[in-house]
Amino acid sequence: MLQDISILLWIIIKIILIVIPLLLSVAYLTYAERKVIGYIQVRLGPNRVGFRGLLQPFADLIKLITKEIIIPTKSNKYLFVIAPLFALVPALAAWAAIPFAQGMVLSNMNAGVLYLFSMSSLGVYGVLIAGWASNSKYAMLGALRSAAQTISYEIAMGFALVGVLLASGSMNLTNIVNSQQGGILHWWCVPLLPLFIIFWIAGIAETNRAPFDLAEGESEIVAGFHVEYSGIGFAIFFLSEYASMILIATLLTLFFMGGWLSPFSGDGFLANIFYIVPGIAWLLIKIVGFLFVYLWIRATFPRYRYDQLMRLGWKILIPGTIGWICITALLVVSHVKPWF
Amino acid sequence: MKKIYQRCLYYLKSFLLLELLAGLMLTGKYFIISCFRNRLTIQFPEEQTPISPRFRGLLALRRYPNGEERCIACKLCEAVCPALAITIESAPRENGTRRTTRYDIDMFKCINCGLCEESCPVDSIVVTPIHHYHILERGQNIMSKEKLLAIGDLMEDQLAADRLHERDFR
Repeated sequence: MLQDISILLWIIIKIILIVIPLLLSVAYLTYAERKVIGYIQVRLGPNRVGFRGLLQPFADLIKLITKEIIIPTKSNKYLFVIAPLFALVPALAAWAAIPFAQGMVLSNMNAGVLYLFSMSSLGVYGVLIAGWASNSKYAMLGALRSAAQTISYEIAMGFALVGVLLASGSMNLTNIVNSQQGGILHWWCVPLLPLFIIFWIAGIAETNRAPFDLAEGESEIVAGFHVEYSGIGFAIFFLSEYASMILIATLLTLFFMGGWLSPFSGDGFLANIFYIVPGIAWLLIKIVGFLFVYLWIRATFPRYRYDQLMRLGWKILIPGTIGWICITALLVVSHVKPWF
Repeated sequence: MKKIYQRCLYYLKSFLLLELLAGLMLTGKYFIISCFRNRLTIQFPEEQTPISPRFRGLLALRRYPNGEERCIACKLCEAVCPALAITIESAPRENGTRRTTRYDIDMFKCINCGLCEESCPVDSIVVTPIHHYHILERGQNIMSKEKLLAIGDLMEDQLAADRLHERDFR
């Protein structure tokens, strides 16, 4: 009995150790986003609150928390209140299966890939429920778009993952990372480059980020599914969106960029220098790089039109992934060195 | 044959995402530039944009160096004002000179055209570079003679310098 409680406590401590840094990084991701986009547009970004605006996320948070929560009349109140949680919970729950370094994982499940995939797909339920429960035409349209988009791009994402599964021969995330041992050339992003890029594009679409942010297309449907939300409800949607961004960046790192593995290996000069860098630092560096590109892409590309989005998803990404899965299978069967 | 070649080239280009990468390079260039310096942004309360000596802001009444107000109540400014913002009443003093007893400018009517300054024979009514001002309550929009003179006293050094600078063009 006592042992059970201690295990439970230990798990709760681990969860806190994951969630608190995650929420902090979400806060600073919003700051980084405003800064990066500001710099790209030759502005300064927030620089008033604290040193160089570093306290800006907390000022925003306090503002959002103290704002009034407005529940629209004739909305479905229970669903309206629950919807943000439906968006937030999967975005946080997915982190249970993420290994941060060798053995540093909350739950080392063997079907980790499937779990992650299902969790990242569940996020759309929050959006759908929010759009429907708001009883607003803009929210409804945004939710419909988001649902269609997520379903379309999930297929491409799933197929891209099939390539990784073929190559690594495992669904356990730790094993997938370990199968990429041996320096930068052995990472799956080299033999599976098209799948890597397709997974990236589909991941951006999955998180409803620019240039695929039709679900909240400001110019047409105000703010999309969360148009009726204010205060803390809006903040939770915001939080879940950024948490899923970080999640997608982490998945890219784990599946294609060798997770916590150092890009240098063997007995080379660089490998000896970088031997002291811990695995989690490599993981964080890679995640930050992907997140930066997320923001960079947002600042660069205009939004897709809806039919273009569907065309890209169904006519280019899905056939592309299927084609490269066949090539991957051939590579695996013929044991092409140095990867298989 | 040429058409097929061009088609292939087109597909190659779009599948290699060349144009997307070109766009990313452009924005990335600006990101790196603004990481090192930003010469465009003026951080307003601390820094301000330079103001021309001909800037037409809030109005003011000037005095002579001996403290006597310049205005002789000729009412040329009142006559020339296109927005009818100026109201002047005048009376002779004990020493026989004519001076204003009332000189009101309605800041709601004033369009900052500067015609009053151009018409003034004694450089009394002038435009100042003050442009950060606000009106909180009804009635504050009427700038009385005392207020205008106070602004003139406050800004006299700069007003005189600006007038000197622009002397050749007036």
